[in-house]
Amino acid sequence: MALKGNLRDFSLTQLLNLIHLAKKSGTLFLENSTIQVWLAFREGKLAYAKYGDEDNSLAAILYNARKLTANQFRTIQERGSSMNDKELGLLLVNAGYLTQQDVLSSLQEYLNSVVQRLYAWVEGVFYFDHDRLPPTDKINLRLNLENLIIEGARRVKEVEQLQDEIPSLDIALKFRDRPDTNVKNLRLSKEEWRVVSFVNPKNSLKQIAQALKMNETEIRRVAYGLVQAGVVEMVRPERTTPRPITPGIPNASPQEQASLVRRIIQRIRSL
Amino acid sequence: MQTVKMVVTGPFNAGKTAFIKTVSEIDVVSTERKITHESEKVKDTTTVAMDFGRITIDDDVVLYLFGTPGQRRFDFMWEILSEGMLGFIVMVDSCRPETFREARSILETFRAYAPTPYVVAANKQDLKDAWDLEDMRIALRLDSSVKLLPCVATDKESVKTILLELLYQVLQEMEDGAA
Repeated sequence: MALKGNLRDFSLTQLLNLIHLAKKSGTLFLENSTIQVWLAFREGKLAYAKYGDEDNSLAAILYNARKLTANQFRTIQERGSSMNDKELGLLLVNAGYLTQQDVLSSLQEYLNSVVQRLYAWVEGVFYFDHDRLPPTDKINLRLNLENLIIEGARRVKEVEQLQDEIPSLDIALKFRDRPDTNVKNLRLSKEEWRVVSFVNPKNSLKQIAQALKMNETEIRRVAYGLVQAGVVEMVRPERTTPRPITPGIPNASPQEQASLVRRIIQRIRSL
Repeated sequence: MQTVKMVVTGPFNAGKTAFIKTVSEIDVVSTERKITHESEKVKDTTTVAMDFGRITIDDDVVLYLFGTPGQRRFDFMWEILSEGMLGFIVMVDSCRPETFREARSILETFRAYAPTPYVVAANKQDLKDAWDLEDMRIALRLDSSVKLLPCVATDKESVKTILLELLYQVLQEMEDGAA
């Protein structure tokens, strides 16, 4: 079924978070009034990106990353036009011009830059095509979205949105129960690490902010980034005693209440 | 006569009124007004105070279904409506992701009013633009323990299923509380 909408209503952060958590494969098309962007994913990881008419060939990416000289770039364009990116990458590595790490890190930087530019979009339609897999003639990466989400969340400056996402600082954070997430592998900022060190269902965000001398917006921004990246989730602080369930059946014993609910169930079934 | 109350809440145009109308044995007492805000002209009328439906359980008990107004400017009604409810249903329009954040916010607001059992109904699942339930679960940030159910508010069997799932949840929590 459809996964489409407008970034105005469903932010890029939410969208990437969904793709990441659902481990989706396919291509996300985003389009505003002037540019169309493709982001291709495999099992929830970013594999390929194309930003508008921008030259996203491996040669252009390496040249822009200063891994190739202008002469080398020109030569490749003249002589290597029949080669696809995979063949070119292999040739450059085997010939000793570049290391495999040079190629991969340049591609990674490019994908990162595409996503970060998308964070500047305030609106644009999006559509996720499950049937369009990353192109096979391109070098596909397996870029974790968590870091991209955290990086993007750093750019979310709208205090109103943060307040909307985290209306109260009385809530606490706890690590998500996801064995595939290793916090040590995340590229967290110093501020984020400081907050992570306080993550505990017993500590409210307000207390963490006080302990770290952060203001409300700062703690919200960090918490929002960590939540969106799927590292932590928001919970009520443990010491808060939950209010007892008020079932709306006053003056009735638990047995009478249960009996009443069973009668309602019987009646609804017979409708 | 004993009365029991359930609340149907959710964002604007999620299908709350239709949901109640589908199972109510009386004509829903609906306080709908013509929409004047251009941005909300998805439909012609909207609920400004509440919808009110009824199901007679037996000679002694009546179940009332209250639908809340979807727009934030009427949220002063929510706390009043939530008082003493058996549980609540959060209706979400599966085709309008722009309302998911609002739905999440409404859900949290109602949880704060009264931590009673609840289910989330993904309405309009019969339409081609409807989001997958699992995608909605992630977008709405619903824990796997929260019941997110497919719904077509105009279909009686679908509405019955939602009501029954909420009642099972109520019963379960009562039994857990008694244990």
